[in-house]
Amino acid sequence: MRGADYVIKRGGFALLTIFIAISFNFFLFRVLPGNAVSDLARVPHATPQLRHVLTLQFGLDKPKWEQYLIYLRELVHGNMGVSFAYQQPVTSLLLNDLKNTIPMVAIGTLGAIVVGIATGIVSAWRRGSAADHITTNLAVAFYAFPTQFLGLMLLILLGGVLPTSGMDNPYAGVFGTQSGLARLQDIGLHMILPALTLLLTLYGEFALIMRSSMLETLGEDYVLTARAKGLSDRRIISAHVLRNALLPIATIVALSLGWIVAGAILIEFIFTWPGIGWALWNAINQRDYPMLQGGFLILAVSVVLLNFLADLAYFRLDPRITE
Amino acid sequence: MSAIIEPGLTTVQAPARSRAGMIRQVITTRKAAAAGLAIIILFIVLALAAPLLAPYSTTAQTCAVFARPSGRHWLGCDDGGIDVLSEIIWGGRISLIIGFAATVISMVLGGGIGILAGYFGRWTDIVLMRITDYLLVIPDLAFAMVIADVWGPSLAHVILVIGILEWAATARIIRAQVMSVKERVYIKRARSIGAGHWRIISRHILPQVGPLLMANTVLTVAVAIYLETALAFLGLEDPTATTWGTILEHAFDRAAVSAGAWWAIIPDGLVITLLIMGCFLLGQAIEDALNPRLRVAHLSIRRWRLRALAGRGPDAI
Repeated sequence: MRGADYVIKRGGFALLTIFIAISFNFFLFRVLPGNAVSDLARVPHATPQLRHVLTLQFGLDKPKWEQYLIYLRELVHGNMGVSFAYQQPVTSLLLNDLKNTIPMVAIGTLGAIVVGIATGIVSAWRRGSAADHITTNLAVAFYAFPTQFLGLMLLILLGGVLPTSGMDNPYAGVFGTQSGLARLQDIGLHMILPALTLLLTLYGEFALIMRSSMLETLGEDYVLTARAKGLSDRRIISAHVLRNALLPIATIVALSLGWIVAGAILIEFIFTWPGIGWALWNAINQRDYPMLQGGFLILAVSVVLLNFLADLAYFRLDPRITE
Repeated sequence: MSAIIEPGLTTVQAPARSRAGMIRQVITTRKAAAAGLAIIILFIVLALAAPLLAPYSTTAQTCAVFARPSGRHWLGCDDGGIDVLSEIIWGGRISLIIGFAATVISMVLGGGIGILAGYFGRWTDIVLMRITDYLLVIPDLAFAMVIADVWGPSLAHVILVIGILEWAATARIIRAQVMSVKERVYIKRARSIGAGHWRIISRHILPQVGPLLMANTVLTVAVAIYLETALAFLGLEDPTATTWGTILEHAFDRAAVSAGAWWAIIPDGLVITLLIMGCFLLGQAIEDALNPRLRVAHLSIRRWRLRALAGRGPDAI
């Protein structure tokens, strides 16, 4: 079967990368000298019992290589220690944050893909026209805008109209309970600015890639054939060009995952969106090393997994890949 | 071996243009490249001449808190009554130093690792490329935040972090180029007359990957500056330094938005954008010029709307 080899190879690579990330994480926080508090049991204001349990759990009184093995074992069981700041298990805290991050990032990214593809098609189709110049230059500009600057500009422009911080209105439930729909509406309203910032940060790159991919495809011989058959421009683009031109978008989305995470961190920081980027920033400010370690690991692992999924999708989309 | 005819021996190769010539040609023939270069040079001059150009000090208060732009303070003042224009001029100096220094580290690492992996192949390639792949997929800002925090905030650390993080893409590209270059006939000839690895790499391979490395250098400067401003914005840079990143951070931290002080935010954001755009335009133009596949597509697309009529003149299909 054509697929099995490829899937095993990419899957093996993903697992290896995750393993390196995990090991690096241990090395960085527990072995390297530096500001990092290597002692996971130093939870401030912790009861002696908790300290004792943590010391036992992570083998903090044992040599480093043994700690490494214990660290791996605990990680497999989903135990990433206890947050210094919240005195709660890191894993459940971070999973909760992840739950907040995913919808915002997914909406922003999907929006960016849609807008990027649409403007890319228009500018490639009308190549050299005013519409092309405007959309291409806009795409370059938005590609170059630093995320935090875009966020601040949206704050200045729309800060008076839309909620600018947090994920929901903290006072909404004070007088009587809030219905499910009203809560959803509240969250949706709060999500507009962060998701829009992410959309604007990302779409420029997608538009530029889509444009050059369309241009490349438009030069293919089968496009000439389609024209010779007398098909309309619209039909040529939708039936013959678009599907092939969309391939690089799959790659570029996978390659931009790192950027998406970076954007999400900055955006969550600006709009105090209680997601994983915000948790990471808070962890740094509060010297909450278990949270920092866990947050970084979750981000790294998600990017590796999404990359793996993108590889599979690309393989499915492009039958020419035989590697 | 001599019985086998090398395919490369029979084909006539276009004379290779010199590296400097190629770059010069890109800049003179492509408007975007020239514009990009002009922007970069402008900012370098501004940074070098900062002591002459900056009208006020960046540490002493020279006007009211969040004073509006005026004849004396063209871009107004920030939360500490410090002239924003002076801050941007001085901040550009440090941001550029960080951007360029980090890029130098990145290019030495990326170029070196790409050449080693591509040239020597085998296990060197396998080991180096696994490290590269790891860095490629790891989210760089999160990584930089963790390292910058563990090491402590200082400009040198920020330079090192960015330099260590941003070489992976370059290494991949250079490796692919080296792998194709090293199979060419003149390299085999050089080897057969006894040239050593070092000589082949420095005399024959490096000039071939030079322009590509150049394009990547310019593009990496943009990434480095972006990352610098992001780290600074998150408060992970030396808080006493003035850079383009910390100007935005201060403005955000000290409520420039709610004070309506757009002048503390927008000019600074625009200079960052302009520099990144300049790097992008120049780097992309060099890269496009180097990619023969794009050139072919480019030509055929130009004529796409006219193709049905082609058949006359030199452009006939």
